[in-house]
Amino acid sequence: MSVLKIKQETLTAWVSELIKKTCLYAVQAKADKFDFELLEDAHALRLDYDVSNIPPKKYFQPPVEELLRFNEQEFKTTVDDSPFVLFGVHPYDVNAISQMDKLFALGNKDVHYLTRRQNSTIVACDVENASQNVFSGCLGFATADEGFDILLTKINGGYLVDSRTEKGQALLKHLPAAAEKATAADLEERETVWQNNIKLLQKHKLKARPEAVTAALDKAYNNPLWEERAARCFSCGSCNLVCPTCYCFDVQDDVNWDLKSGLRYRCWDGCMLQDFATVAGDHNFRKNKADRYRHRYYRKGKYVPEKIGVFSCVGCGRCISACVTHIANPVEVFNKIMEDV
Amino acid sequence: MCNNGKKDIYLPEFATVLKNESMTETENYFELKLSSGKDLGHMPGQFAEISIPGIGEAPISISSSPTKNGSFEMVVRKAGNVTNALHSVEAGKKIGIRGPFGTTFPVDTVMKEKDILFICGGIGLVPLRSAINYCLDNRSDYGNVTILSGTKTPAERLFTDELVQWQNREDVTLLETVDYADDAWKGNVGVITTLIPKINIDPAQTITLICGPPIMYKFVLLELMKHSIDHGKVYVSLERHMKCGVGKCGHCQINGLYACQDGPVFKYADIAQVKEAI
Repeated sequence: MSVLKIKQETLTAWVSELIKKTCLYAVQAKADKFDFELLEDAHALRLDYDVSNIPPKKYFQPPVEELLRFNEQEFKTTVDDSPFVLFGVHPYDVNAISQMDKLFALGNKDVHYLTRRQNSTIVACDVENASQNVFSGCLGFATADEGFDILLTKINGGYLVDSRTEKGQALLKHLPAAAEKATAADLEERETVWQNNIKLLQKHKLKARPEAVTAALDKAYNNPLWEERAARCFSCGSCNLVCPTCYCFDVQDDVNWDLKSGLRYRCWDGCMLQDFATVAGDHNFRKNKADRYRHRYYRKGKYVPEKIGVFSCVGCGRCISACVTHIANPVEVFNKIMEDV
Repeated sequence: MCNNGKKDIYLPEFATVLKNESMTETENYFELKLSSGKDLGHMPGQFAEISIPGIGEAPISISSSPTKNGSFEMVVRKAGNVTNALHSVEAGKKIGIRGPFGTTFPVDTVMKEKDILFICGGIGLVPLRSAINYCLDNRSDYGNVTILSGTKTPAERLFTDELVQWQNREDVTLLETVDYADDAWKGNVGVITTLIPKINIDPAQTITLICGPPIMYKFVLLELMKHSIDHGKVYVSLERHMKCGVGKCGHCQINGLYACQDGPVFKYADIAQVKEAI
């Protein structure tokens, strides 16, 4: 599958076609920020966005997601298998989705997540404008090698379109005109974009490779920084909600008026919330803010990496922007514990 | 929306409540039978998720031994929405079950031929009873069987008929204690650690199984270590909120471990260094 080159107008015409054929979620302006929403007008697509408010994980693990329905006779699984296209996903989010793919398939396969994922087509897009707090370049997540169906890269005079899968090819059939092939010079330009993005997407600089963070965490459990920083934590869970690799959830029932039938759903939960580890009888196994705060960074830097072999903070910087007391910067936390080793 | 014919790890099956009997002021005993007619297929130490449709799910340990076929048993303390609702489910009615989940006491492996010491604090007796009865139903596979059981008050004692049976068996040593006695109580008074000096332990030959309230483990382990018991010969069952039971939702994490999948039964040697464990 060769890489194609299309002009901006062709891209807009192509997206217009796709909107008619499929359910397409794409990045659009939302006040002075950006977010993924259903795209109804191809001109509203903003591939020049810096970062979306909420990561695209919301399409694979919706904030509220029906799991099953019940009545007195049966429990019946609900699985949403409607196909959709996710358009304009940045490489750090692509890497985050790849991690979720592993986690929801690990051991017990989660049919709800995996069905949505299977029926999705991901059109990734290399970052054109760095956000204020992005640091994916320090972690190896400024670019993505896999986990998408098509990768778009803006170069002089248009976009390179790199389709890697059959699902990607299927979308290309809707290109309004025959696209020219990318030249060697175009591909070289793309290589430059990638190399530059590694450097540009480092608004905060991690002092060492992520593996060194994992090693440093082994000796950081009693570091005073957990208490110091958590002293300013409101336990609001904002960092959890905007994180593309946070996937913990709560499960609740909703009963109909007959008090017999209803549905069970899961909704986003967060380990920073006060009651996250509370059991019946009100015993809270992570009662202190510092314990919850520490847990979150261990999860990103050690627990999940040890499970799936990949560092579990992708450097999107959303938590840094979301935290009202400025304690959520993972780079500050990780640099400090590496200093103190 | 469709099912795709794939197995859903969150989908419960129905079980019929055969018995729902009050055991103490806060605990009820349940005998349940899967509507499919199959056995639950659990091993001692495992738990299942109980569903009350419309109320929710809660993880409950299985109290019967798998040597008992046809039905299984649970003892449930009234503590939250689901358990409160469960207490009022009448015999003959159906509830949802998912499971069994989690690790098991090593009844068929490391425990064989060994002396077994059970240390049960309060409703910690509930999951341990599964292992106790498994050992008693295969009595010749094990050496000495010693059961230490403690509750806060005599009124909170569970399975009182069985305690009498165990007391009367010559091949079982049962020691009981209560934290606070009433006028009728003639036995030991004091926390469960006070029973440990009263028994003979051969550290090389003994496998210890512990289950009780969170606060209990640390003190019991300290007392056991006085007898030079190896960390690799102690198994603990730890409580956490195993909301999903399948290693996804994150609520039951003990540092990097998931109590629902890596536990609830842990070899103490494996978690002695895990800070959030005990």
